[in-house]
Amino acid sequence: MVTSRYAIAWVYDYLLNNHALTRGVRLFTITPGKSIMTTTTSSLVHSPTFLKGDEFSIDTFALLKQDGSLFEGAVAPDLDRDKALRIYHAMVFTRVLDERMLAAQRQGRLSFYMQCTGEEAAVIGSAAALDDQDMIMAQYREQGALAYRGFSCDEFMNQMFGNARDYGKGRQMPIHYGSAELHYMTISSPLATQIPQATGYAYGQKLAGDGHCTITYFGEGAASEGDFHAALNMATVHKVPVIFFCRNNGYAISTPAVEQFAADGVAPRAFGYKMRVIRVDGNDVLAVYQATMEARRLAVEHNQPVLIEAMTYRLAAHSSSDDPSGYRSKKEEEAWREKDPILRLRRWLESCQWWNDEEEKALQERLRREVLETMKVAQKRPAPPLESLVTDVYDTPTPQLNEQLAKLQAHIRLYPEAYPKSAAQCSTEPSAQMANSSGTENGQGGH
Amino acid sequence: MANLNLLQAINQALDIAMAADERVLCFGEDVGGFGGVFRATSHLQEKYGKARCFNTPLVEQGIIGFANGLAAQGSTPVAEIQFADYIFPAFDQIVNESAKFRYRSGDLFNVGGLTIRAPYGGGIAGGLYHSQSPEAYFAHTPGLKVVVPRNPHQAKGLLLAAIRDPNPVLFFEPKRLYRASTGEVPESDYQLPLGEAEVIKEGSDITLLAWGAQMEVIEQAAELAEKEGISCEVIDLRSILPWDVETVATSVLKTGRLLISHEAPLTGGFAGEIAATIQERCFLYLESPISRVTGLDTPFPLTLEKEYLPDRLKVFEAIKASVAY
Repeated sequence: MVTSRYAIAWVYDYLLNNHALTRGVRLFTITPGKSIMTTTTSSLVHSPTFLKGDEFSIDTFALLKQDGSLFEGAVAPDLDRDKALRIYHAMVFTRVLDERMLAAQRQGRLSFYMQCTGEEAAVIGSAAALDDQDMIMAQYREQGALAYRGFSCDEFMNQMFGNARDYGKGRQMPIHYGSAELHYMTISSPLATQIPQATGYAYGQKLAGDGHCTITYFGEGAASEGDFHAALNMATVHKVPVIFFCRNNGYAISTPAVEQFAADGVAPRAFGYKMRVIRVDGNDVLAVYQATMEARRLAVEHNQPVLIEAMTYRLAAHSSSDDPSGYRSKKEEEAWREKDPILRLRRWLESCQWWNDEEEKALQERLRREVLETMKVAQKRPAPPLESLVTDVYDTPTPQLNEQLAKLQAHIRLYPEAYPKSAAQCSTEPSAQMANSSGTENGQGGH
Repeated sequence: MANLNLLQAINQALDIAMAADERVLCFGEDVGGFGGVFRATSHLQEKYGKARCFNTPLVEQGIIGFANGLAAQGSTPVAEIQFADYIFPAFDQIVNESAKFRYRSGDLFNVGGLTIRAPYGGGIAGGLYHSQSPEAYFAHTPGLKVVVPRNPHQAKGLLLAAIRDPNPVLFFEPKRLYRASTGEVPESDYQLPLGEAEVIKEGSDITLLAWGAQMEVIEQAAELAEKEGISCEVIDLRSILPWDVETVATSVLKTGRLLISHEAPLTGGFAGEIAATIQERCFLYLESPISRVTGLDTPFPLTLEKEYLPDRLKVFEAIKASVAY
């Protein structure tokens, strides 16, 4: 395609320019003398030898055993009690939230849910290794990172119920969180689109020179999308402070990793981009934390993008609409349940004398109560106002949008019983400029 | 005022935008040291450095994904897609991401700083894949703005407005006119309004509406028609999305006839949308059916390009048919 486009561009020059011949000749002679043609420094060999790729193998970095003790020779990262407990609280909160919300979905209170169960160490351990001002561009199963940053239970609930206090104004399905204040980019459903965006965002951070980086999360399935390749290639070419964090949880909905790629996971792809890479036990929060700390240092201090592949397992279904019993065995799930990342950290905390059974019991009870109570309140809050249908499409609604809103309001006045969420708002004639107000209760500023 | 061609006007707009605001970045395939395959970004890397004007790898979805991220971060990216025909790998990033960024986040985040430039259109022996006019695909996507300039003066003012508009803008440049269209262009930093059509010439018998390179064609057709005593009102739509219904409807209420012309194929072309809206607004004032003079419903051809294109003679004939209806 390159050759074709250059040739065509040359033809255009020829056709478009009055001095076509001289321009055309220049186009062909300017390139070789001026630029570096290739990045390859290769020796000549005289028999055809193919490489298999097995010449490289990537080890898995692990510090913590399932019993909560360190591997021999392993050194725990520099993690004080407060930070360790902040990580642990976020992990337990995420587990409790996931359990309660899936139950709420099963009771018909919520339309949809996605659990992070089994992957809490990968998500929260990495988020904890960042500066809280670093940008997070997640896929959708990373609510733990947002919980770690301090998104409140109420904020989670408002999004899931799409009520008038949802920052996203009730426009997206449950779990599509976002927070400008907490530097957590609003989730979008299409897979992998966030990965090249993270490269761009981090390039902007590098130019701004404020010492921040971006982390982007994705699954091993999303890594098959073209956007993944585009993002990693651009990141090394342009030396961008971005961390690509792959949660290799074994499944893309029902498709197992062995049907996703033939290679040894996602990590070896980094060689093709000349990117720093590490594979880490994703259920080992200490290893994830330390690997991400080091990745952040490479990113921020040396503008070296990094790929981290966290080996973990999606203990839950893909979503509330999925049933894993159709594609994997209970035995397999059970084996991974034994590797529970939360239990592993809890045992380590206990060995440090930083945590005990009573504290565990109190935390579990407090979080369960908090989740249930905030859910009840959020569920009853009103829907976003009708005009939020047309705001934020553009910075201000176009005349066409205002016209369409006015027409809709008139229609709802005709059939109020068919539109119970909005009928009360439409009981009087609309004011001409109503669509100019953002019309929501949320207090968070734009970004 | 200097006499510039359309490429020089675009280059000047980019230069002004980059000088005025260090957050403005220009990038794309061959955009850096080479200055773009059409030279639209000539000398920008020399002036503003490799960090702000650079080559990207050959990956359109990456270019626009990268640009979306930059815009969300607060930069003002001006991304070039080398030919509008090659914009489709980036369709997901444009349609699902750029267009919905503000809406889906409730305005917590936006990519309003984004401008995507792409040469479009035929008339220069480009065949299927260097000739397309894809504006209608994007016009079906709320959240985007789509702009097409007709000459150097318009190109500079509209591009500066697009770069500074707080919404993502697709800016399609008529590549047939890159060097063919010349005119006086003020050296100053000026902007022309987005979302507003312009009445180029007043008339009373029929309204002729087009955009971009097709403006020259309908103006020539209007000249032919004038010789036959038909008075044409000529309008440049300039913005395809959002489009200026009022200016077009006001004109049609006066003339009672409307002809719309675009290079893109007939079926699903933007003329269909305009026709539907205008018949709603002007039904009782219409003297004849709204006429569409467009490309055929075929891929863009090569050898028979002249036959395919909606030229001045086809427009002239359609004007006469409309008036005689």
